[in-house]
Amino acid sequence: MAESFIQLERLSKSFKQKQVLDGISLDIRRGESICIIGLSGSGKSVMLKHLMRLMDPDEGRILVDGQDIAELEGEDLVAMRRRFGMLFQGAALLDSMTVADNVGLGLTESRKYTDEQIEEIVISKLEMVGMVDSAEKLPSELSGGMRKRVGLARAIATDPEVMLYDEPTSGLDPVTSDVIDDLIVELNQKLHVTSVTVTHDMRSAFKIADRIVMLYGGHIEFDGSPEQIRNNTNPVVQQFIAGSARGPIRVA
Amino acid sequence: MAEVQGLVRVGRRGISVVSWIGGISILSSRFLYHLKDIPRSARVIFEQFNSIGVKSLPLIIVIAVFVGAVSAWQAAYQFKFIGAPLRYLGQAVGKAVIMELGPVLSALVFAGRVGAGITAELGTMKVTEQIDALDSMGISPNRYLMMPRVLACMLMVPLLVVFADFVAIMGGLVVSVVGVDVSTETYLNGLKSSFQLGDLVNGLIKAWVFGLIIGLVACFEGFRTQGGAEGVGTATTQSVVISMVLVLVFDFIFTVLLFRI
Ligand SMILES: Nc1ncnc2c1ncn2[C@@H]1O[C@H](COP(=O)(O)OP(=O)(O)O)[C@@H](O)[C@H]1O
Ligand SMILES: [Mg+2]
Repeated sequence: MAESFIQLERLSKSFKQKQVLDGISLDIRRGESICIIGLSGSGKSVMLKHLMRLMDPDEGRILVDGQDIAELEGEDLVAMRRRFGMLFQGAALLDSMTVADNVGLGLTESRKYTDEQIEEIVISKLEMVGMVDSAEKLPSELSGGMRKRVGLARAIATDPEVMLYDEPTSGLDPVTSDVIDDLIVELNQKLHVTSVTVTHDMRSAFKIADRIVMLYGGHIEFDGSPEQIRNNTNPVVQQFIAGSARGPIRVA
Repeated sequence: MAEVQGLVRVGRRGISVVSWIGGISILSSRFLYHLKDIPRSARVIFEQFNSIGVKSLPLIIVIAVFVGAVSAWQAAYQFKFIGAPLRYLGQAVGKAVIMELGPVLSALVFAGRVGAGITAELGTMKVTEQIDALDSMGISPNRYLMMPRVLACMLMVPLLVVFADFVAIMGGLVVSVVGVDVSTETYLNGLKSSFQLGDLVNGLIKAWVFGLIIGLVACFEGFRTQGGAEGVGTATTQSVVISMVLVLVFDFIFTVLLFRI
Protein backbone atom coordinates (compact mmCIF):
# COMPACT_ATOMS: atom_id res chain seq x y z
CA MET A 1 0.00 0.00 0.00
CA ALA A 2 1.13 3.57 -0.67
CA GLU A 3 2.20 5.83 2.14
CA SER A 4 -0.22 7.66 4.36
CA PHE A 5 -0.80 11.19 3.05
CA ILE A 6 -3.74 12.89 4.69
CA GLN A 7 -4.82 11.74 8.13
CA LEU A 8 -7.99 12.73 9.90
CA GLU A 9 -7.79 12.08 13.61
CA ARG A 10 -10.98 12.00 15.68
CA LEU A 11 -12.42 14.97 13.82
CA SER A 12 -15.52 16.54 15.40
CA LYS A 13 -17.55 19.49 14.22
CA SER A 14 -20.91 20.82 15.30
CA PHE A 15 -23.02 23.79 14.27
CA LYS A 16 -25.17 25.25 17.04
CA GLN A 17 -26.72 22.17 18.61
CA LYS A 18 -26.13 19.87 15.68
CA GLN A 19 -23.20 17.42 15.83
CA VAL A 20 -22.27 16.99 12.17
CA LEU A 21 -18.99 15.10 12.48
CA ASP A 22 -18.50 13.04 15.60
CA GLY A 23 -14.96 11.70 15.89
CA ILE A 24 -14.09 10.82 12.29
CA SER A 25 -10.75 9.10 11.72
CA LEU A 26 -9.62 8.40 8.19
CA ASP A 27 -6.32 7.73 6.49
CA ILE A 28 -6.01 8.85 2.88
CA ARG A 29 -3.07 7.35 1.04
CA ARG A 30 -1.09 9.07 -1.67
CA GLY A 31 -2.46 8.36 -5.09
CA GLU A 32 -5.66 6.69 -4.04
CA SER A 33 -9.17 7.57 -5.13
CA ILE A 34 -11.69 7.69 -2.32
CA CYS A 35 -15.41 8.27 -2.71
CA ILE A 36 -17.36 9.66 0.21
CA ILE A 37 -21.01 8.70 0.15
CA GLY A 38 -23.84 9.50 2.54
CA LEU A 39 -27.22 11.16 2.86
CA SER A 40 -27.67 14.87 2.15
CA GLY A 41 -26.73 16.75 5.28
CA SER A 42 -24.54 13.96 6.62
CA GLY A 43 -21.50 16.25 6.65
CA LYS A 44 -19.70 15.24 3.46
CA SER A 45 -19.08 18.80 2.31
CA VAL A 46 -18.12 19.84 5.83
CA MET A 47 -15.57 17.03 5.98
CA LEU A 48 -14.13 17.97 2.59
CA LYS A 49 -13.73 21.61 3.64
CA HIS A 50 -11.77 20.57 6.70
CA LEU A 51 -9.15 18.85 4.53
CA MET A 52 -7.76 22.13 3.23
CA ARG A 53 -8.71 24.10 6.29
CA LEU A 54 -11.62 26.03 4.90
CA MET A 55 -13.15 25.10 8.25
CA ASP A 56 -11.54 24.43 11.60
CA PRO A 57 -12.60 21.38 13.62
CA ASP A 58 -13.99 21.66 17.16
CA GLU A 59 -11.87 18.69 18.12
CA GLY A 60 -9.35 16.43 16.47
CA ARG A 61 -6.76 17.30 13.85
CA ILE A 62 -5.74 16.81 10.26
CA LEU A 63 -2.23 15.90 9.21
CA VAL A 64 -0.95 16.40 5.68
CA ASP A 65 2.40 14.67 5.23
CA GLY A 66 2.55 14.44 8.99
CA GLN A 67 2.09 18.21 9.46
CA ASP A 68 -0.85 19.37 11.58
CA ILE A 69 -2.54 21.86 9.25
CA ALA A 70 -4.02 23.81 12.18
CA GLU A 71 -0.49 25.00 12.91
CA LEU A 72 0.03 26.50 9.46
CA GLU A 73 -0.11 30.25 9.02
CA GLY A 74 0.41 32.83 6.32
CA GLU A 75 2.52 31.66 3.40
CA ASP A 76 2.71 28.08 4.72
CA LEU A 77 -1.07 27.83 4.80
CA VAL A 78 -1.26 29.23 1.27
CA ALA A 79 1.38 26.74 0.12
CA MET A 80 -0.59 23.86 1.65
CA ARG A 81 -3.82 25.01 0.00
CA ARG A 82 -2.09 25.29 -3.37
CA ARG A 83 -1.35 21.57 -3.20
CA PHE A 84 -5.12 21.01 -3.20
CA GLY A 85 -7.76 21.77 -5.76
CA MET A 86 -11.42 21.85 -4.90
CA LEU A 87 -14.50 21.63 -7.03
CA PHE A 88 -17.30 23.12 -4.94
CA GLN A 89 -20.80 21.71 -4.82
CA GLY A 90 -22.27 24.86 -6.37
CA ALA A 91 -19.15 25.47 -8.51
CA ALA A 92 -18.52 28.76 -6.63
CA LEU A 93 -17.36 30.67 -9.71
CA LEU A 94 -16.71 34.35 -9.10
CA ASP A 95 -19.73 35.99 -10.76
CA SER A 96 -17.89 39.17 -11.62
CA MET A 97 -15.36 37.49 -13.93
CA THR A 98 -15.44 35.62 -17.20
CA VAL A 99 -14.98 31.87 -17.39
CA ALA A 100 -11.39 32.30 -18.59
CA ASP A 101 -10.54 34.71 -15.77
CA ASN A 102 -12.05 32.33 -13.23
CA VAL A 103 -9.94 29.46 -14.49
CA GLY A 104 -6.81 31.61 -14.62
CA LEU A 105 -7.32 33.32 -11.26
CA GLY A 106 -5.17 31.00 -9.16
CA LEU A 107 -2.38 31.23 -11.73
CA THR A 108 -2.58 35.01 -12.00
CA GLU A 109 -2.57 35.51 -8.26
CA SER A 110 0.34 33.15 -7.70
CA ARG A 111 2.44 35.53 -9.87
CA LYS A 112 4.51 32.66 -11.22
CA TYR A 113 3.28 32.70 -14.79
CA THR A 114 3.33 35.07 -17.73
CA ASP A 115 0.07 36.13 -19.36
CA GLU A 116 0.82 33.92 -22.37
CA GLN A 117 1.43 30.88 -20.16
CA ILE A 118 -1.78 31.54 -18.28
CA GLU A 119 -3.78 31.81 -21.48
CA GLU A 120 -2.32 28.57 -22.74
CA ILE A 121 -3.09 26.70 -19.52
CA VAL A 122 -6.61 28.13 -19.32
CA ILE A 123 -7.40 26.98 -22.84
CA SER A 124 -6.00 23.50 -22.29
CA LYS A 125 -7.99 23.04 -19.05
CA LEU A 126 -11.16 24.34 -20.65
CA GLU A 127 -10.62 21.90 -23.49
CA MET A 128 -10.40 19.05 -21.00
CA VAL A 129 -13.90 19.85 -19.72
CA GLY A 130 -15.29 20.83 -23.13
CA MET A 131 -15.89 24.48 -22.29
CA VAL A 132 -13.47 26.40 -24.54
CA ASP A 133 -16.33 27.97 -26.48
CA SER A 134 -17.61 29.65 -23.33
CA ALA A 135 -14.27 31.18 -22.31
CA GLU A 136 -15.50 34.77 -22.60
CA LYS A 137 -18.91 34.20 -21.02
CA LEU A 138 -19.89 35.22 -17.52
CA PRO A 139 -20.94 32.51 -15.04
CA SER A 140 -24.50 33.88 -15.03
CA GLU A 141 -24.81 32.90 -18.71
CA LEU A 142 -24.05 29.24 -18.02
CA SER A 143 -26.20 26.32 -16.93
CA GLY A 144 -25.52 24.54 -13.64
CA GLY A 145 -23.69 21.70 -15.36
CA MET A 146 -21.54 24.08 -17.38
CA ARG A 147 -20.57 25.98 -14.24
CA LYS A 148 -19.52 22.73 -12.63
CA ARG A 149 -17.27 21.95 -15.55
CA VAL A 150 -15.69 25.41 -15.38
CA GLY A 151 -15.26 24.92 -11.62
CA LEU A 152 -13.45 21.70 -12.39
CA ALA A 153 -11.19 23.40 -14.93
CA ARG A 154 -10.39 26.07 -12.34
CA ALA A 155 -9.60 23.50 -9.69
CA ILE A 156 -7.14 21.62 -11.90
CA ALA A 157 -5.55 24.76 -13.38
CA THR A 158 -2.67 24.75 -10.91
CA ASP A 159 -2.07 20.98 -11.26
CA PRO A 160 -2.77 20.12 -7.62
CA GLU A 161 -1.55 16.93 -5.95
CA VAL A 162 -4.92 16.35 -4.33
CA MET A 163 -8.33 16.98 -5.84
CA LEU A 164 -11.46 17.34 -3.73
CA TYR A 165 -14.60 16.95 -5.77
CA ASP A 166 -17.88 17.89 -4.13
CA GLU A 167 -20.63 16.17 -6.10
CA PRO A 168 -18.89 16.65 -9.46
CA THR A 169 -21.67 15.11 -11.51
CA SER A 170 -24.85 16.10 -9.70
CA GLY A 171 -27.08 18.10 -12.01
CA LEU A 172 -25.26 16.90 -15.11
CA ASP A 173 -26.75 14.82 -17.89
CA PRO A 174 -25.60 11.15 -18.00
CA VAL A 175 -23.26 11.65 -20.92
CA THR A 176 -21.48 14.67 -19.47
CA SER A 177 -21.37 12.90 -16.11
CA ASP A 178 -19.50 10.08 -17.72
CA VAL A 179 -17.05 12.48 -19.33
CA ILE A 180 -16.35 14.03 -15.93
CA ASP A 181 -15.97 10.61 -14.31
CA ASP A 182 -13.46 9.66 -17.00
CA LEU A 183 -11.55 12.85 -16.34
CA ILE A 184 -11.40 12.12 -12.61
CA VAL A 185 -10.13 8.62 -13.31
CA GLU A 186 -7.60 9.92 -15.82
CA LEU A 187 -6.20 12.54 -13.44
CA ASN A 188 -5.93 9.90 -10.76
CA GLN A 189 -4.37 7.17 -12.87
CA LYS A 190 -2.20 9.09 -15.32
CA LEU A 191 -1.16 12.05 -13.20
CA HIS A 192 -1.42 10.27 -9.84
CA VAL A 193 -3.62 12.96 -8.37
CA THR A 194 -4.97 11.78 -5.03
CA SER A 195 -8.71 12.23 -5.23
CA VAL A 196 -11.49 12.53 -2.71
CA THR A 197 -14.90 12.61 -4.34
CA VAL A 198 -18.19 13.26 -2.61
CA THR A 199 -21.04 11.73 -4.58
CA HIS A 200 -24.58 10.42 -4.35
CA ASP A 201 -24.24 8.59 -7.58
CA MET A 202 -23.31 4.95 -6.90
CA ARG A 203 -22.60 4.34 -10.58
CA SER A 204 -19.91 7.06 -10.54
CA ALA A 205 -18.62 5.83 -7.21
CA PHE A 206 -18.07 2.32 -8.56
CA LYS A 207 -16.35 3.74 -11.61
CA ILE A 208 -14.06 6.19 -9.81
CA ALA A 209 -13.26 4.69 -6.45
CA ASP A 210 -10.49 2.46 -5.12
CA ARG A 211 -12.18 2.86 -1.82
CA ILE A 212 -15.61 3.93 -0.64
CA VAL A 213 -16.35 5.57 2.71
CA MET A 214 -19.89 6.06 3.94
CA LEU A 215 -20.70 8.80 6.45
CA TYR A 216 -23.77 8.22 8.57
CA GLY A 217 -24.85 9.89 11.82
CA GLY A 218 -21.55 11.75 12.19
CA HIS A 219 -19.36 8.65 12.02
CA ILE A 220 -17.94 6.34 9.38
CA GLU A 221 -20.45 3.57 8.78
CA PHE A 222 -18.43 1.81 6.11
CA ASP A 223 -14.87 1.98 4.78
CA GLY A 224 -13.75 -0.51 2.16
CA SER A 225 -13.32 -1.37 -1.50
CA PRO A 226 -16.17 -1.22 -4.05
CA GLU A 227 -16.13 -5.04 -3.97
CA GLN A 228 -16.62 -5.07 -0.23
CA ILE A 229 -19.45 -2.56 -0.28
CA ARG A 230 -21.39 -4.63 -2.82
CA ASN A 231 -21.13 -7.67 -0.60
CA ASN A 232 -21.62 -5.82 2.67
CA THR A 233 -24.57 -6.96 4.75
CA ASN A 234 -24.89 -3.86 6.93
CA PRO A 235 -28.55 -2.86 6.37
CA VAL A 236 -27.75 0.88 6.40
CA VAL A 237 -25.13 0.44 3.68
CA GLN A 238 -27.39 -1.88 1.69
CA GLN A 239 -30.29 0.53 1.83
CA PHE A 240 -28.10 3.41 0.67
CA ILE A 241 -26.55 1.66 -2.32
CA ALA A 242 -29.90 0.22 -3.32
CA GLY A 243 -31.43 3.70 -3.03
CA SER A 244 -34.45 2.38 -1.20
CA ALA A 245 -36.89 4.19 1.07
CA ARG A 246 -37.34 1.05 3.12
CA GLY A 247 -34.76 0.17 5.72
CA PRO A 248 -33.19 1.43 8.92
CA ILE A 249 -32.25 4.90 7.59
CA ARG A 250 -34.60 7.60 8.78
CA VAL A 251 -34.59 10.76 6.73
CA ALA A 252 -35.11 13.59 9.22
CA MET B 1 -36.35 32.54 37.10
CA ALA B 2 -37.49 35.28 34.74
CA GLU B 3 -34.80 37.60 36.13
CA VAL B 4 -32.15 34.95 35.53
CA GLN B 5 -33.31 34.47 31.96
CA GLY B 6 -33.29 38.22 31.43
CA LEU B 7 -29.78 38.37 32.83
CA VAL B 8 -28.68 35.57 30.55
CA ARG B 9 -30.10 37.46 27.59
CA VAL B 10 -28.31 40.66 28.58
CA GLY B 11 -25.15 38.63 29.11
CA ARG B 12 -25.39 37.09 25.65
CA ARG B 13 -25.92 40.53 24.14
CA GLY B 14 -22.87 41.81 25.98
CA ILE B 15 -20.79 38.92 24.75
CA SER B 16 -21.92 39.42 21.17
CA VAL B 17 -21.07 43.15 21.33
CA VAL B 18 -17.63 42.33 22.71
CA SER B 19 -17.03 39.68 20.04
CA TRP B 20 -18.23 42.11 17.36
CA ILE B 21 -15.71 44.70 18.53
CA GLY B 22 -13.03 41.99 18.67
CA GLY B 23 -13.89 40.84 15.16
CA ILE B 24 -13.82 44.31 13.66
CA SER B 25 -10.52 45.03 15.42
CA ILE B 26 -8.97 41.95 13.87
CA LEU B 27 -10.32 42.98 10.47
CA SER B 28 -8.79 46.46 10.95
CA SER B 29 -5.41 44.93 11.68
CA ARG B 30 -5.73 42.77 8.54
CA PHE B 31 -6.52 45.93 6.59
CA LEU B 32 -3.36 47.63 7.83
CA TYR B 33 -1.35 44.49 7.14
CA HIS B 34 -2.56 44.20 3.56
CA LEU B 35 -1.80 47.84 2.73
CA LYS B 36 1.60 46.47 1.74
CA ASP B 37 -0.16 44.72 -1.15
CA ILE B 38 -1.41 47.96 -2.71
CA PRO B 39 1.00 47.72 -5.67
CA ARG B 40 0.02 44.18 -6.67
CA SER B 41 -3.68 44.91 -6.19
CA ALA B 42 -3.57 48.21 -8.06
CA ARG B 43 -5.97 47.10 -10.76
CA VAL B 44 -8.61 45.83 -8.33
CA ILE B 45 -8.24 48.99 -6.22
CA PHE B 46 -8.72 51.18 -9.25
CA GLU B 47 -11.92 49.30 -10.15
CA GLN B 48 -13.20 49.90 -6.64
CA PHE B 49 -12.40 53.62 -6.81
CA ASN B 50 -14.50 53.74 -9.90
CA SER B 51 -17.43 51.65 -8.72
CA ILE B 52 -17.45 53.07 -5.20
CA GLY B 53 -16.46 56.68 -5.71
CA VAL B 54 -17.33 57.83 -9.19
CA LYS B 55 -20.68 56.10 -9.32
CA SER B 56 -21.75 57.63 -5.99
CA LEU B 57 -21.14 61.13 -7.28
CA PRO B 58 -24.53 61.80 -8.97
CA LEU B 59 -26.53 60.83 -5.88
CA ILE B 60 -24.28 62.84 -3.56
CA ILE B 61 -24.64 65.87 -5.84
CA VAL B 62 -28.43 65.70 -5.96
CA ILE B 63 -28.61 65.41 -2.20
CA ALA B 64 -26.07 68.19 -1.65
CA VAL B 65 -28.04 70.65 -3.82
CA PHE B 66 -31.12 70.19 -1.69
CA VAL B 67 -29.23 70.19 1.60
CA GLY B 68 -27.65 73.54 0.66
CA ALA B 69 -30.94 74.95 -0.53
CA VAL B 70 -32.85 73.93 2.59
CA SER B 71 -30.08 75.24 4.86
CA ALA B 72 -30.18 78.62 3.16
CA TRP B 73 -33.95 78.82 3.37
CA GLN B 74 -34.10 77.78 7.01
CA ALA B 75 -31.26 80.12 7.95
CA ALA B 76 -32.97 83.03 6.20
CA TYR B 77 -36.22 82.23 8.01
CA GLN B 78 -34.47 82.12 11.40
CA PHE B 79 -32.54 85.32 10.64
CA LYS B 80 -35.78 87.16 9.87
CA PHE B 81 -37.33 85.79 13.02
CA ILE B 82 -34.52 87.03 15.30
CA GLY B 83 -33.81 90.05 13.15
CA ALA B 84 -30.27 89.09 12.18
CA PRO B 85 -28.80 90.73 9.06
CA LEU B 86 -28.99 88.60 5.91
CA ARG B 87 -25.39 89.36 4.95
CA TYR B 88 -24.48 86.56 7.34
CA LEU B 89 -26.44 84.04 5.30
CA GLY B 90 -23.42 82.82 3.30
CA GLN B 91 -21.51 82.38 6.52
CA ALA B 92 -24.28 80.36 8.18
CA VAL B 93 -24.72 78.03 5.22
CA GLY B 94 -20.96 77.67 4.67
CA LYS B 95 -20.17 76.81 8.27
CA ALA B 96 -23.04 74.35 8.62
CA VAL B 97 -22.22 72.61 5.35
CA ILE B 98 -18.45 72.41 5.73
CA MET B 99 -18.38 71.40 9.37
CA GLU B 100 -21.40 69.14 9.74
CA LEU B 101 -23.85 68.63 6.91
CA GLY B 102 -21.36 67.85 4.17
CA PRO B 103 -19.41 65.13 5.96
CA VAL B 104 -22.28 63.62 7.96
CA LEU B 105 -24.94 63.53 5.27
CA SER B 106 -22.49 62.32 2.63
CA ALA B 107 -21.40 59.55 4.98
CA LEU B 108 -24.97 58.50 5.70
CA VAL B 109 -25.82 58.43 2.01
CA PHE B 110 -22.60 56.55 1.33
CA ALA B 111 -23.42 53.98 4.03
CA GLY B 112 -26.82 53.41 2.45
CA ARG B 113 -25.54 53.13 -1.07
CA VAL B 114 -21.99 51.81 -0.98
CA GLY B 115 -21.90 50.08 2.43
CA ALA B 116 -25.06 48.16 1.58
CA GLY B 117 -23.68 47.25 -1.82
CA ILE B 118 -20.42 45.91 -0.41
CA THR B 119 -22.16 43.83 2.26
CA ALA B 120 -24.63 42.40 -0.23
CA GLU B 121 -21.84 41.54 -2.67
CA LEU B 122 -19.52 39.93 -0.12
CA GLY B 123 -22.46 38.26 1.66
CA THR B 124 -23.60 36.68 -1.59
CA MET B 125 -20.05 35.55 -2.26
CA LYS B 126 -19.92 34.05 1.21
CA VAL B 127 -23.14 32.05 0.97
CA THR B 128 -22.35 30.82 -2.54
CA GLU B 129 -18.90 29.63 -1.37
CA GLN B 130 -17.01 32.10 -3.57
CA ILE B 131 -15.04 33.23 -0.50
CA ASP B 132 -14.13 29.60 0.24
CA ALA B 133 -13.13 29.23 -3.40
CA LEU B 134 -10.68 32.12 -3.09
CA ASP B 135 -9.20 30.60 0.05
CA SER B 136 -8.96 27.25 -1.69
CA MET B 137 -6.82 28.84 -4.41
CA GLY B 138 -4.55 30.35 -1.78
CA ILE B 139 -5.94 33.85 -2.40
CA SER B 140 -6.61 35.83 0.76
CA PRO B 141 -10.14 37.31 0.67
CA ASN B 142 -8.86 40.06 2.96
CA ARG B 143 -6.23 41.09 0.47
CA TYR B 144 -8.23 40.47 -2.66
CA LEU B 145 -11.67 41.74 -1.59
CA MET B 146 -11.52 43.61 1.72
CA MET B 147 -8.44 45.84 1.44
CA PRO B 148 -9.35 47.42 -1.92
CA ARG B 149 -12.92 48.12 -0.76
CA VAL B 150 -12.02 49.64 2.60
CA LEU B 151 -9.26 51.70 0.98
CA ALA B 152 -11.67 52.97 -1.65
CA CYS B 153 -14.25 53.93 1.00
CA MET B 154 -11.62 55.66 3.10
CA LEU B 155 -10.34 57.77 0.21
CA MET B 156 -13.59 58.33 -1.66
CA VAL B 157 -15.74 59.69 1.19
CA PRO B 158 -13.49 62.75 1.72
CA LEU B 159 -13.35 63.33 -2.01
CA LEU B 160 -17.13 63.12 -2.28
CA VAL B 161 -17.44 65.50 0.66
CA VAL B 162 -15.40 68.11 -1.20
CA PHE B 163 -17.88 67.90 -4.06
CA ALA B 164 -20.83 67.83 -1.70
CA ASP B 165 -19.61 70.93 0.17
CA PHE B 166 -19.15 72.86 -3.04
CA VAL B 167 -22.50 71.84 -4.52
CA ALA B 168 -24.38 72.49 -1.27
CA ILE B 169 -22.92 75.99 -1.00
CA MET B 170 -23.97 76.63 -4.58
CA GLY B 171 -27.44 75.30 -3.79
CA GLY B 172 -27.57 77.75 -0.91
CA LEU B 173 -26.49 80.54 -3.21
CA VAL B 174 -29.29 79.86 -5.67
CA VAL B 175 -31.90 79.96 -2.90
CA SER B 176 -30.39 83.13 -1.45
CA VAL B 177 -30.44 84.95 -4.76
CA VAL B 178 -33.75 83.70 -6.07
CA GLY B 179 -35.77 83.19 -2.91
CA VAL B 180 -34.36 85.51 -0.25
CA ASP B 181 -33.14 88.40 -2.33
CA VAL B 182 -29.54 88.33 -1.13
CA SER B 183 -27.06 89.18 -3.88
CA THR B 184 -24.44 86.74 -5.05
CA GLU B 185 -21.77 89.12 -3.87
CA THR B 186 -23.21 89.45 -0.38
CA TYR B 187 -23.60 85.69 -0.04
CA LEU B 188 -20.06 84.99 -1.21
CA ASN B 189 -18.59 87.75 0.95
CA GLY B 190 -20.28 86.28 4.00
CA LEU B 191 -18.87 82.91 3.04
CA LYS B 192 -15.36 84.21 2.45
CA SER B 193 -15.12 86.33 5.58
CA SER B 194 -15.89 83.36 7.78
CA PHE B 195 -14.09 80.65 5.85
CA GLN B 196 -11.33 78.87 7.75
CA LEU B 197 -9.18 76.18 6.25
CA GLY B 198 -9.20 74.41 9.62
CA ASP B 199 -12.97 73.83 9.34
CA LEU B 200 -12.57 72.20 5.97
CA VAL B 201 -9.71 70.03 7.19
CA ASN B 202 -11.69 68.93 10.24
CA GLY B 203 -14.62 68.06 8.02
CA LEU B 204 -12.40 66.02 5.73
CA ILE B 205 -10.73 64.18 8.59
CA LYS B 206 -14.18 63.24 9.86
CA ALA B 207 -15.13 62.11 6.37
CA TRP B 208 -12.02 59.97 6.20
CA VAL B 209 -12.85 58.25 9.49
CA PHE B 210 -16.49 57.79 8.43
CA GLY B 211 -15.32 56.16 5.19
CA LEU B 212 -13.05 53.82 7.10
CA ILE B 213 -15.88 52.85 9.46
CA ILE B 214 -18.34 52.24 6.63
CA GLY B 215 -15.86 50.13 4.68
CA LEU B 216 -14.81 48.00 7.62
CA VAL B 217 -18.35 47.41 8.88
CA ALA B 218 -19.57 46.56 5.38
CA CYS B 219 -16.81 44.01 4.80
CA PHE B 220 -17.11 42.54 8.28
CA GLU B 221 -20.85 42.03 7.98
CA GLY B 222 -20.46 40.65 4.47
CA PHE B 223 -17.84 38.10 5.44
CA ARG B 224 -19.86 36.79 8.37
CA THR B 225 -23.09 36.41 6.42
CA GLN B 226 -24.81 33.08 6.90
CA GLY B 227 -27.84 31.33 5.51
CA GLY B 228 -28.71 32.03 1.89
CA ALA B 229 -30.54 34.97 0.36
CA GLU B 230 -32.33 35.82 3.58
CA GLY B 231 -29.01 35.96 5.41
CA VAL B 232 -27.68 38.38 2.81
CA GLY B 233 -30.70 40.66 3.38
CA THR B 234 -30.26 40.60 7.15
CA ALA B 235 -26.53 41.27 6.90
CA THR B 236 -27.07 44.18 4.54
CA THR B 237 -29.63 45.86 6.79
CA GLN B 238 -27.41 45.28 9.80
CA SER B 239 -24.39 46.74 8.03
CA VAL B 240 -26.24 49.93 7.10
CA VAL B 241 -27.78 50.38 10.55
CA ILE B 242 -24.52 49.81 12.40
CA SER B 243 -22.43 52.06 10.18
CA MET B 244 -25.01 54.89 10.29
CA VAL B 245 -25.17 54.75 14.08
CA LEU B 246 -21.37 54.63 14.33
CA VAL B 247 -21.04 57.62 11.98
CA LEU B 248 -23.31 59.68 14.23
CA VAL B 249 -21.62 58.49 17.42
CA PHE B 250 -18.17 59.32 16.07
CA ASP B 251 -19.44 62.67 14.81
CA PHE B 252 -20.57 63.50 18.33
CA ILE B 253 -17.24 62.41 19.80
CA PHE B 254 -15.37 64.57 17.28
CA THR B 255 -17.55 67.56 18.00
CA VAL B 256 -17.05 67.30 21.74
CA LEU B 257 -13.31 66.87 21.35
CA LEU B 258 -12.81 69.65 18.81
CA PHE B 259 -15.13 72.31 20.09
CA ARG B 260 -14.53 72.86 23.78
CA ILE B 261 -17.37 74.92 25.14
N1 LIG C 1 -21.31 27.00 7.61
C1 LIG C 1 -22.29 26.31 8.21
N2 LIG C 1 -22.99 26.85 9.22
C2 LIG C 1 -23.96 26.16 9.84
N3 LIG C 1 -24.33 24.91 9.53
C3 LIG C 1 -23.68 24.31 8.52
C4 LIG C 1 -22.63 24.98 7.81
N4 LIG C 1 -22.16 24.13 6.86
C5 LIG C 1 -22.89 23.00 6.97
N5 LIG C 1 -23.79 23.09 7.96
C6 LIG C 1 -24.72 22.04 8.39
O1 LIG C 1 -24.00 20.85 8.54
C7 LIG C 1 -24.75 19.76 8.06
C8 LIG C 1 -23.95 18.98 7.04
O2 LIG C 1 -23.81 19.77 5.87
P1 LIG C 1 -23.06 19.29 4.57
O3 LIG C 1 -21.69 18.85 4.92
O4 LIG C 1 -23.19 20.38 3.59
O5 LIG C 1 -23.92 18.03 4.11
P2 LIG C 1 -23.69 17.12 2.82
O6 LIG C 1 -23.33 15.78 3.34
O7 LIG C 1 -25.01 17.10 2.12
O8 LIG C 1 -22.63 17.74 2.01
C9 LIG C 1 -26.05 20.31 7.53
O9 LIG C 1 -27.03 20.13 8.52
C10 LIG C 1 -25.77 21.77 7.34
O10 LIG C 1 -26.92 22.52 7.56
MG1 LIG D 1 -22.68 18.69 0.28
